[in-house]
Amino acid sequence: MIGSVYIHADGMTAIYLLAAICFVLALKALSSPRNARYGNLVGVAGMVVAVALTFLAQGQDPGHDWVIAAGMVLGAAVAIPAARMVPMTGIPQMVAIFNGVGGAAAAVISLTEYLSRLPNIPGQKGVEILFALVVGCLSFSGSMLAFAKLQELMTGAPVLYPGQQVVNGILGLAVVGFGVTIVASPHLVVIILLTVVALALGSGVVLPVGGADTPVLISLLNSFTGLAVAADGFVLDNVILVVAGTLVGASGALLTKLMSDAMGRSLPNIILGGFGAAPTGGPDAGGPAEGRTVRSGDATDIGTLLTYSRKVLIVPGYGLAVAQAQHVAVELANALRARGVEVAYAIHPVAGRMPGHMNVLLAEANAPYEDLEEMDQANDEFPITDVALVVGANDVVNPAARDNPGSAIYGMPILNVDYAKNVVFLKRSLRPGFSGVDNALFFDPKTILLFGDAKDSLTRLLAAVKAS
Amino acid sequence: MITDGIDLLVVFALAVFVGFEVISKVPSILHTPLMSGSNAIHGVILVGSMTIAAEAHGAMQMSLAFVAVFLATLNIVGGVVVTDRMLEMFKGRQQAKPGASPDSAKNDAEGGAKP
Repeated sequence: MIGSVYIHADGMTAIYLLAAICFVLALKALSSPRNARYGNLVGVAGMVVAVALTFLAQGQDPGHDWVIAAGMVLGAAVAIPAARMVPMTGIPQMVAIFNGVGGAAAAVISLTEYLSRLPNIPGQKGVEILFALVVGCLSFSGSMLAFAKLQELMTGAPVLYPGQQVVNGILGLAVVGFGVTIVASPHLVVIILLTVVALALGSGVVLPVGGADTPVLISLLNSFTGLAVAADGFVLDNVILVVAGTLVGASGALLTKLMSDAMGRSLPNIILGGFGAAPTGGPDAGGPAEGRTVRSGDATDIGTLLTYSRKVLIVPGYGLAVAQAQHVAVELANALRARGVEVAYAIHPVAGRMPGHMNVLLAEANAPYEDLEEMDQANDEFPITDVALVVGANDVVNPAARDNPGSAIYGMPILNVDYAKNVVFLKRSLRPGFSGVDNALFFDPKTILLFGDAKDSLTRLLAAVKAS
Repeated sequence: MITDGIDLLVVFALAVFVGFEVISKVPSILHTPLMSGSNAIHGVILVGSMTIAAEAHGAMQMSLAFVAVFLATLNIVGGVVVTDRMLEMFKGRQQAKPGASPDSAKNDAEGGAKP
């Protein structure tokens, strides 16, 4: 291994500054479509600079070199295949996991630092260490639970029980109590207890968050990890940790706000609300369930309807992602266009399980960028649209969000597909969407349902369009 | 080198403002890639993991340091690769023609859109 290289302290700060500039430029570039990819690479460059400098300059013993090298090799060996092989529908979960492990690393660093400094830890250092430990633990256990929800290892619906906020409150107080205790007098057992309680609090806070809100939650936890990293920067007196951690903490907080705004939800509402907990058939049912009939059509009829329309807007949702139906959807759009039908895609910002999910999938299937219409543009066009073809979406087109103040999703901006002359839903069943809220539009006379897997249904529609 | 508590506090305060300013306008399609990209950036905690690994005494601290290095590397590498996969999907979409054959679209699932 390479031995230590002497770098003057000011030199180190200067090189860390270079890495910090890379991170700022990376975030900047990632927020514009033109430069996003380049932004990711600039981030990598900053990372390489910071890591290489640290490795060379700190001059650890060879045995420690090997521990570091082994940890990095093993980490890369696990992360690359995991991140490469996961299907696009699984990407949100991966972001949650990779965020969680960052939080865990920050917590482990704090814990190690604490152990090495025992028994004498000055108060200020103690506070810094505990902050990084607690926030890192919250981020880790919260992210793992978010992963479990998205991966459907557990229910995506909010998990609520009586006295939940009280239990979380007690856990929160316990964290503060243990924290104060060990800042006053450092103790090994108490910090272990604190770690356990902080982990419990992280999962306790995430349990009541509904599946549809999980992306916003992951963004919040991402911001938390940033703060934990910044706190470790104070613990270790390392300026690049402070800069990078704070950048992510601040930009992550803002991004969380942008995301929750896009869903028309406030953050406290998401964390405390137990979104989607309203029983189906309650205020969302939009009328008595009995006597309501749905019109289910067959592919040939719907294919004909589409072919003889002037304008069709395709509204993709999570069902399209699950069925990997984006290629068939684009094929259908092309076939319709060949028959002189005007076709575009109406993209709800939070359709699927992550903001931008649908754009990514359709771009993958080579849908022309110009054909992807954002919500406002699409909503202007629904009144002059002959058919709104909703492929595996539900909550994002549910008129209850606009019209029914009693609904759990009231206030979320939606695509007004009900303004189109005809609405065609491709769905597996009448099951409510991810939020658990019923959709009255299914029972509207101008709605036709085609049951089945999104990919099968689209394939049948494609055949019908080609035949008609 | 900046190691003073107060210097770090100054850096922290400025970084908060930079963090807010730098992403003030993000189109919603980039929310997810941006989240994932910034997720990779806090993987810089690897630097901290390396520092504690260098200073570790005894098997316990050494094991913890190893775990920290491993986790932080997962964070960086996983974050970067996932972000790149998302952004890959946007590459070359302008060139994609409405008549693009579905077969080529299928192959692009892994390799990104063809030029």
